Amino acid sequence: MTVSNLQPLVALDLPSPPASTRFKLGFFDMVTLTRRDLLVWFRNPAFLFFTIIQPIMFVLLFRYVFGGAIPVHVPGGYVNFLMPGIIAQSAAFASFGTAISLARQLQRGVIDRYRAMPMARSAVLLGRLVADTLRLTVTVIVILGVGYAVGFRFNNGVLPAVIMMIFGVAFGVTICTVSAYVGLAIKDEESVGSFGLVWLFPLTFVSAAFVPVQSMPGWLQAFASNQPVTIVIDEMRALALGGPLALHAWQSVVWLVGIAAVFIPLAVRAYRRAG
Amino acid sequence: MHLGLIQLIERAANPGQFPTAERMIRDYATALLEHQRAFESQMGNKVSSPEQGTKWNGPAIFVEDVYKAFGEVQALRGIDLVVERGKVLGLLGPNGAGKTTAVKILTTLLRPDRGRVLVEGRDALRSPASVREVIGLAGQSTAIQEELTGRENLEIMGRLYHIDAPTRAKRADELLERFDLVEAADRSAKGYSGGMQRRLDLALSLVARPQVLFLDEPTTGLDPRSRLGMWEVIRDLVSTGTTLLLTTQYMEEADELADEIVVIDQGQVIAAGTARQLKNKIGGDVVEFEVVDRHRLGEAAEAVKSLSEVGPVVESETFRISLRVGDNGSGALVETVRRLDAIGIHTEDLGIHRPSLDDVFLALTGHGADESEKTTFRGRRKAGRRNR
Ligand SMILES: Nc1ncnc2c1ncn2[C@@H]1O[C@H](COP(=O)(O)OP(=O)(O)OP(=O)(O)O)[C@@H](O)[C@H]1O
Ligand SMILES: [Mg+2]
Repeated sequence: MTVSNLQPLVALDLPSPPASTRFKLGFFDMVTLTRRDLLVWFRNPAFLFFTIIQPIMFVLLFRYVFGGAIPVHVPGGYVNFLMPGIIAQSAAFASFGTAISLARQLQRGVIDRYRAMPMARSAVLLGRLVADTLRLTVTVIVILGVGYAVGFRFNNGVLPAVIMMIFGVAFGVTICTVSAYVGLAIKDEESVGSFGLVWLFPLTFVSAAFVPVQSMPGWLQAFASNQPVTIVIDEMRALALGGPLALHAWQSVVWLVGIAAVFIPLAVRAYRRAG
Repeated sequence: MHLGLIQLIERAANPGQFPTAERMIRDYATALLEHQRAFESQMGNKVSSPEQGTKWNGPAIFVEDVYKAFGEVQALRGIDLVVERGKVLGLLGPNGAGKTTAVKILTTLLRPDRGRVLVEGRDALRSPASVREVIGLAGQSTAIQEELTGRENLEIMGRLYHIDAPTRAKRADELLERFDLVEAADRSAKGYSGGMQRRLDLALSLVARPQVLFLDEPTTGLDPRSRLGMWEVIRDLVSTGTTLLLTTQYMEEADELADEIVVIDQGQVIAAGTARQLKNKIGGDVVEFEVVDRHRLGEAAEAVKSLSEVGPVVESETFRISLRVGDNGSGALVETVRRLDAIGIHTEDLGIHRPSLDDVFLALTGHGADESEKTTFRGRRKAGRRNR
């Protein structure tokens, strides 16, 4: 049993697989975890609620309950004003799922187990983001479908409409990177849920999502009109309904890329350290 | 075999049949020794035979002088461990002893501050990726995906190990069968009982047939029946030659499953050896019996007094006498029977037992453990006694 009476042991020197193999296997791992995340999402009523039912409720609520009281000056009236805002808000709220799922996996030891396996370390996060992209796409399409049923129309052509959808999904995925970091850093499922409300509610509601920013008091306007959610929504509106595109386009892209550039490394670091 | 022993002891307690009983007890002891030797040589052969695919001939697990601190907390303070191929090491210790930390270091989840860690010859610090190729881990909390079915969980593990589809499916079936989960295979794991979740969790860690398996408190939180089931599964697993390191807070569990036990407390190894060695360390065998004729309790104690260095312990309410007899348990048993027979004292429930690991544990850690831990172990010890 004692170590001292053994001859010195020299570790095996095993060659590590070439980068191309590692990349290929890493890609497989990512696909596997994307599939897993989608499967879990389908099975989980709460996730379905966040990504499908809640957006539909919001569309109906704002279209028929609040909408009549909110004066807007866009072609087609409030329902056209509303749709880009609802898409952005739902996409942001869908990121709850990201944060909660990662925190839960961490808490339950799922991530520890993965980290003790010969699989790509980036696969858990990347798989999650790919699955999020797919589920956000579904959410956006569902919202637009309901929107069309209640009177929304694109009136700026097909290509801008498609780009608007892509903006919506990209915005959602970017918020998911923030949520991924939050989930991995806070680690506790319940706290993650409450914390999500604390930052997602003001960010999405104190924006141009549901009302024109001009209707807010001055001090709030200063925040609302310069924050990324408003900028992205303004761009989406311009794409859907027509209007000046250029200014908000590059501002939105800078914001989205900037946020991702900060939070992806943070999330990766939190993932490495977690456990 | 043990039934045989009970019969023997019952006969031994019956004074009329004494000479036969003596011979039978001796035979039994000899047979046990032979069994032990055969077992050891068998294990010895396994160790020296080379495993397929690796050139490593050293121990499956080798840990030398490992330290790990979390800020102020010294979780491990110079741990050494060696586990030969195919053996089971039980890492035994109270809450906070450093068991999980040790497992995390061995499974590359944590880097030690200092020391050397080899798993199947692969250096956990310098090439953790190669360690991950040969290990399986079932952590302290179950790592199953509750929304998915048992089979789906296994399927995903198989994919993550890059096993091809037909092999994956076969392996899943095999494991479901082996862990008694066939009926529940296509139900969501959320509805599984604690025992089933643990079994699924263990099955998940076996998908890639690891050479070295780590189980962190595999039965904590299970009811006694599920625990027995889990033990059976683990024993079965070990019989196929997997090296196993398991941590536990239960002395019984280490006793049942481990070839060798390392007791750690506050980040240090405080004792190591087989269950037998550890028990011998604190006083060897105990002969115990109950006197039928209550008035002759004192007389009986007097008769057997010289068999024990520390003298008999007499419990006057239960009429039981117990003797610490050191190493020569069966000899002392025979002598006890002979002496009591000579003066015509009848006994009941005569037997010999070794100290439980609870006794060992208390004796070893009593001084170091803080107050709350001590009470935990007292409580547990009593519970353990009752089960016996
Ligand atoms: N990540 C961490 N950060 C700070 N302290 C830690 C961390 N992990 C463990 N510790 C401390 O290190 C010590 C050893 O912990 P460890 O989890 O290894 O104990 P254990 O033997 O597994 O206990 P248990 O039976 O409760 O699982 C404890 O004092 C614990 O509080
Ligand atoms: Mg532990």
